[in-house]
Amino acid sequence: MLPEKQQKLEQMALKVREHIVRLSTDGGCFTGASLSCADLLVYLYSDLLNVRPDNLQDPTRDYLFLSKGHDVPALYGTFVELGFMDKARLDQHLSTDDHIYWHPNRNVPGVEFHSGSLGHLPSVALGVAMDCKMRGQDNKVIVITGDGELNEGTVWESLLVASAHKVNNLTLVVDRNHFQANVATEDLIPLEPMSPKFEAFGCEVRRIDGHDFAQLEEAFSALPFSDTKPSVIICDTVRGRGLPSIEARADRWFCNFSAEEMDELLRELHSQVASTLTSETLTVR
Amino acid sequence: MNYEELIKQTALADERIVVMTAENRALIRNLPAVLGPRFIDTGITEQTLIGAAAGLALRGRVPILHALATFLTLRAFEFIRTDVGIGQLPVKLSGFVPGFLSDGNGPTHQAIEDVSLMRGIPGMTVFAPADEQDMLAMLPAIWASPQPAYVRVNTRPATYEHAPFEMGKAEIVAEGTDITILTYGMLFEQTLVARELLQAQGKSVGLLNLRSLKPVDEAALLDVVRRGSLIVTVEDHFITGGLYSILAEVLLRNQLTARVLPLALEERWYRPGRLSAVLEYEGFTGHHIARRITEYLGESGAAIAEGPAVLENEFAE
Repeated sequence: MLPEKQQKLEQMALKVREHIVRLSTDGGCFTGASLSCADLLVYLYSDLLNVRPDNLQDPTRDYLFLSKGHDVPALYGTFVELGFMDKARLDQHLSTDDHIYWHPNRNVPGVEFHSGSLGHLPSVALGVAMDCKMRGQDNKVIVITGDGELNEGTVWESLLVASAHKVNNLTLVVDRNHFQANVATEDLIPLEPMSPKFEAFGCEVRRIDGHDFAQLEEAFSALPFSDTKPSVIICDTVRGRGLPSIEARADRWFCNFSAEEMDELLRELHSQVASTLTSETLTVR
Repeated sequence: MNYEELIKQTALADERIVVMTAENRALIRNLPAVLGPRFIDTGITEQTLIGAAAGLALRGRVPILHALATFLTLRAFEFIRTDVGIGQLPVKLSGFVPGFLSDGNGPTHQAIEDVSLMRGIPGMTVFAPADEQDMLAMLPAIWASPQPAYVRVNTRPATYEHAPFEMGKAEIVAEGTDITILTYGMLFEQTLVARELLQAQGKSVGLLNLRSLKPVDEAALLDVVRRGSLIVTVEDHFITGGLYSILAEVLLRNQLTARVLPLALEERWYRPGRLSAVLEYEGFTGHHIARRITEYLGESGAAIAEGPAVLENEFAE
């Protein structure tokens, strides 16, 4: 990846993280899960996907489905930076005058489908991918799940069906941040070894560092991985990435910071120096 | 014309139609060869079936989903509610062997809360044809509508020449001054018999086929109530959430009350067996229905004649 491109993506990701932190107050949001997939969403929307504010109705556009809907602050932050959404709309977070809340919905242009209930969008994305194939279109159809979400049987059911029907235009991306809501995934329902599981379900799998833009580019630009199989990209990520004071913590799933805490976290974000806040002072639900 | 032929002709004339199943091919065995990629069998995966149908509908398709009524409405309920319901997508659910039609399968297969569940989803429409003729008359309108729909599939041969179907309208078979029977689905056939048997006892008996349960024909229900007869609701469904509940909701909304005898399944699943035996055991043959009504009125049912034998259901899964 060219250094200028890398720098541009990193700058955008920093802005998206700032939006996430700003959404983490006055009611809060799912901060940790949003920060882990910010780089992924920035890369996909600014580089890979053929989807822009001016082609959202074009049936040949690429589709991205956010099945782990609670990371929607990362999506909206990306939308703001890429002109899908007016920045002022983020100020409407949790206002009943708008539709900006803890999970995505189609009242926000660019959101392909609502989510929030885990394990749904792999099957919805499967239906969309099947139709694209049926019509001979080569759109990419990408669905992002969490790693905890892999507890849901429908994720695996959808892959079995996709594999049986040779839906190779479907790509399932796992934001492997190693935590589900309250605990580390491996302490609850161990998911490793993950790649062989997906391979056994008939998928072609790659595993990369989900915070490394060069690796993201290398893996995603190789899609589809197979002429017959669905693709899976496991992105190893860090929950809370970008804010060392909350990184990789089981208790940083949903956060509702005070205004002062938010200011301190924004300083931390920009300085890359860990905040002086102790985790105990942060408000968490 | 039959169910499969109607789907085939509709799909061939309208490329938006996609036929999907969770491996329930008994009634639609010939469609894969005709529809090619527009026939999608996802295997025994009701949830994924619904999610994928929502995805296809997002792309402008109108998926017709044929699957066993219980697994379709119960196992996949949250997918219907969340993907199809919140999405307000034109997914058409065809629930096979609903109610008593799953006869010998046992409680796992008894869809007797499906009407209650489906009508509870905002925007979902619900239909229960009396027989194959009634069903074939309603399906084109249901599939052409932009709304999601649930249909209790019923391919039993008609024993009555039905009036044309109109969305949201009941079929008024007869008006009566003593008793009015309200029913839907496969029990229509038995209520026709019950009506004959009661008429033979000198009663004036009305009969309504509530083929469109949501939207429901509120005006027709209110007409019946205002006529002042005993109202009998007859349904192969739990007493909760079906026609008896629908009637109660309509009455309360209009600040009315009525004398109502509900014949439904109360707090238990029905005893499995061949259809005729099930109807006998549970008290839903025409004869039993007539008797139960007569006895409710405080009269002896001893003089009620036997009805014709119940035509057995064909096994098909």
